[in-house]
Amino acid sequence: MKVRYFPGCTLKNRAKDLDTYAYRSAEALGITPEEIENWQCCGGVFTTARDEVATKLASVRALKDASDSNLPLVTVCSACHNVIKQTNHAMQTNKEFSDKVNRYLEADGGYNGEAEVYHYLEMLRDLVGFEKVKERVVNSLKGKKIAAYYGCLLLRPHKVMRMDDPENPTVMEDLLRALGADAVVYARRNECCGGYISVESPDAAKKNANAILENAKAAGAEMIITACPLCKYNLVKNGADIPVVYFTELLAEALGVKGEPNET
Amino acid sequence: MKHNNDLREEILRMSGVDTAKCMKCGKCSATCPAYDEMEYHPHQFVGMVEIGEIEPLLSSESLYKCLSCFACVDRCPRGVAPAKVVEAVRLTAIRRQGANHMTANDVPLILETDTPPQLLVSAFRKYTK
Repeated sequence: MKVRYFPGCTLKNRAKDLDTYAYRSAEALGITPEEIENWQCCGGVFTTARDEVATKLASVRALKDASDSNLPLVTVCSACHNVIKQTNHAMQTNKEFSDKVNRYLEADGGYNGEAEVYHYLEMLRDLVGFEKVKERVVNSLKGKKIAAYYGCLLLRPHKVMRMDDPENPTVMEDLLRALGADAVVYARRNECCGGYISVESPDAAKKNANAILENAKAAGAEMIITACPLCKYNLVKNGADIPVVYFTELLAEALGVKGEPNET
Repeated sequence: MKHNNDLREEILRMSGVDTAKCMKCGKCSATCPAYDEMEYHPHQFVGMVEIGEIEPLLSSESLYKCLSCFACVDRCPRGVAPAKVVEAVRLTAIRRQGANHMTANDVPLILETDTPPQLLVSAFRKYTK
């Protein structure tokens, strides 16, 4: 099965692991990601103001590409996913906004939110199925106590993201269990790491990140997985003393397709 | 400077939020991960916009502390979406000539070898017009 793939800015440099292992794992599971040609950065955070148009155009172009290809649009970075899904929702529900966008883009046939957007985790759950993932595991992670860190962007706003229960999510724990690991559940897994506040107030980011790390460790975690380069940066930068890795790296390891490491 | 009522209408229109729905339970501020950093908290943004007291918000550093994590949006029992109010007030502030909270000159001070582009892109999206 083919999917259109939007990698995003950080996956091409600081978060190569997130990208490379997503590709290798998808192929091992029978999915062929086709990278969108000339994709543009999503902007990192969705602007909720209804009169903001230009900041959402890059996402509309990616959505239009997937819609024209009749393929699902898959993203792996939490931020890209959030921005693109929220933009798609705005195109579906805000006529004034979609009219402005369509007049500006002058795209053939226009675009009104037809594309289906999947986060890579949703793709694993809904298009591949965790049972199939489990069957393909060659290096079981049995005995490893791993905590999933969702952060904010994967789950919220729930009305738009519709990915999982925003207060009691299970998709990453279900993945961990499919790979044979023990999923460590802890309270702060869906609280914000501090995001871009590390530019403005590094101490505030440190406080948030430390609370998450301490909570995960107290629950017995030996490792944390994330889907977001900024979450990983904030956790590592603020003194994580257990490994923080991208979920795709763990997946590739379990599927036996990790191969050569990236140069960074 | 616009009269407060004009500004209030503009912020309500931009955000799409009905501030009158707020029942002042304070759950948005209780769940806000940036609460300690803020002079005005999410519930105050909603309440002050509702009564047109917007000038103090426009000049407050609190505008730049919101993380856009949507915790207040999802946890509000009345569906008010305080983060959208904060965003509309912040845009009102930084859309003014020369009012950007961050500029390209700030980047060399922030940039380290491990800085993810996502960090800079997100900060620029929130702090700059």
